[in-house]
Amino acid sequence: MHQLAQQIQDEFPAGFVGATEWRGDVAVTVTRDALHSIAEFLRNEPGMDFDYIVHVSSVDWPDDEKRFEVVWEFYSIRKRRRIRLKTRVPESDCIVDSLTDLWRGADFMEREVYDMMGIRFRNHPDLRRILMPDDYTEGYPLRKDFPLRGKGWRDTFEFLDEVPQ
Amino acid sequence: MAFEDQRTTVYKVDPEHPESKTLPTLRTEELLLNMGPQHPSTHGVLKVILELEGERLVKSTPVMGYLHRGVEKLAEDSTYHQFIPHTDRLDYVCAMYNNFAYCRAVEKLLDLKVPDRAEYLRTIVAEVQRIIGHQFWVSAQALDIGAMTIFFYCFRDREILLDWFDELCGARLTTSWYRIGGVERDLTPSLIEKLKAFLDYFPPKIDEYQVFLEKNRIWLGRTKGVAVISAEDAISFGLSGPTLRGSGVDYDLRKYEPYGAYPKCEFSVPVGKNGDTYDRYWIRMMELYESVKIIRQCLEQMEEGPIMADVPSVTLPPKQRVFTNLEAMIQQFKLFSEGFKAPPGEIYCGTEAHKGELGFHIVSTGGSKPYRLKIRAPSFIHMGAFDHMARGYMISDACTIFGTYDIVMGECDR
Repeated sequence: MHQLAQQIQDEFPAGFVGATEWRGDVAVTVTRDALHSIAEFLRNEPGMDFDYIVHVSSVDWPDDEKRFEVVWEFYSIRKRRRIRLKTRVPESDCIVDSLTDLWRGADFMEREVYDMMGIRFRNHPDLRRILMPDDYTEGYPLRKDFPLRGKGWRDTFEFLDEVPQ
Repeated sequence: MAFEDQRTTVYKVDPEHPESKTLPTLRTEELLLNMGPQHPSTHGVLKVILELEGERLVKSTPVMGYLHRGVEKLAEDSTYHQFIPHTDRLDYVCAMYNNFAYCRAVEKLLDLKVPDRAEYLRTIVAEVQRIIGHQFWVSAQALDIGAMTIFFYCFRDREILLDWFDELCGARLTTSWYRIGGVERDLTPSLIEKLKAFLDYFPPKIDEYQVFLEKNRIWLGRTKGVAVISAEDAISFGLSGPTLRGSGVDYDLRKYEPYGAYPKCEFSVPVGKNGDTYDRYWIRMMELYESVKIIRQCLEQMEEGPIMADVPSVTLPPKQRVFTNLEAMIQQFKLFSEGFKAPPGEIYCGTEAHKGELGFHIVSTGGSKPYRLKIRAPSFIHMGAFDHMARGYMISDACTIFGTYDIVMGECDR
């Protein structure tokens, strides 16, 4: 196991779920409850020093018990290394702690995840849709059960057999 | 009489004591102003709701998504090769660098090694694209804040490079020249000659751009000390590229996570001090010189060799063989109809585009299409810092602050 993952496991044995290292990327999966304290550890612990947030993403696994996976990517400007933090949430209760209090840039990134996948962030200052219109009610476009051609009022269009003269 | 009425609206007259005049009563309230979505300086379609106190910006709320085309959703339904043209349309000003960032991400997923010559070619074209991007930025930014002349000088030189792209791949803006595992075609002797001529022609022109702006008091007044962000805040907001380096943070992936032919080239990364728009302008000007230097070194070091990795299950066969050899034709047909299978896994790969870190986070489940593809667009993340950076400035500075990120809404809204 990578040394970074080992450190997280030593510090948070209950919150640690697993770690992978593939193609040079270190990814650590943690429980949802321990997420905020682990993120705080990564941000503030001098040995970790992950001061830069790269992006927040989410993956939809419809067949799994815990359907959604939220992914954070952090970088350390001084130590020049990356880490990926992941956590899983079930569809019935898809809410995770917001990390806006640690990285201010997480604000827009989390809003995008909410907009596209419908995962809510606890303690987010302004959780609204960001790319889709505010009054969009047709669901969350990046979920796997959302059709590629879109849905909603377009479904009610009637096909014309021939172009009216 | 009309004259008298006007006076009474200014001076409130107490009806019981008509002689006494009180101080003028002014109505004060915060004003909401919609800037955009059709404003010429928003570089695309962007609306910002500005809360104003007098002419000062109290709060600004960007409203984005007018150019949202669901590119990440489209990626889930197209093969890895098919997605390359979609990346052109992200940041349509600098299509080559988007292709580069995407191809690098897929190569990381496949663990594919690109031949040396292809790496040099990619670096050369990426740096040409960086020159175009910075020229575009300086001309558009100056135009937004009232200096028009430089626009024509930059576009004159940009045109030479766009014509060069046209000769290279047949398109000026949406190029799609990069391929997974290499590049589409080699530089011809004529292209190399033209590029060398440009490298001799261009450095004096950069000096010319600087003369236009650095002796211009309006430009200095409107960029120095405007859109200031401290290094700590810039890091916390996840800013990247010249926007971050302007605040004095030395963060350039070309240096610290080297890719392409950058590790073989000598170049420096200019870093600013004050974190204002002027420092970012200065960084971009210095990067033009560095780009010229990198291209020169690449042209010198580049040797003959293949321009595409030879992994038949993934990379495309050379075009000449497709038309003469049955196996190559089958290979080409299968790659474009079915695509290739990527190993299951998850990667993130960031590339230093001229705007900042352009990253692709790809999740693969072993199919020929990405299961999930997330684009880390620098323009989007920079917009997150807009409110923080705009507070307290005058309303006319809002244009400068949009411009300072080098924002392109196609990339921001995806």
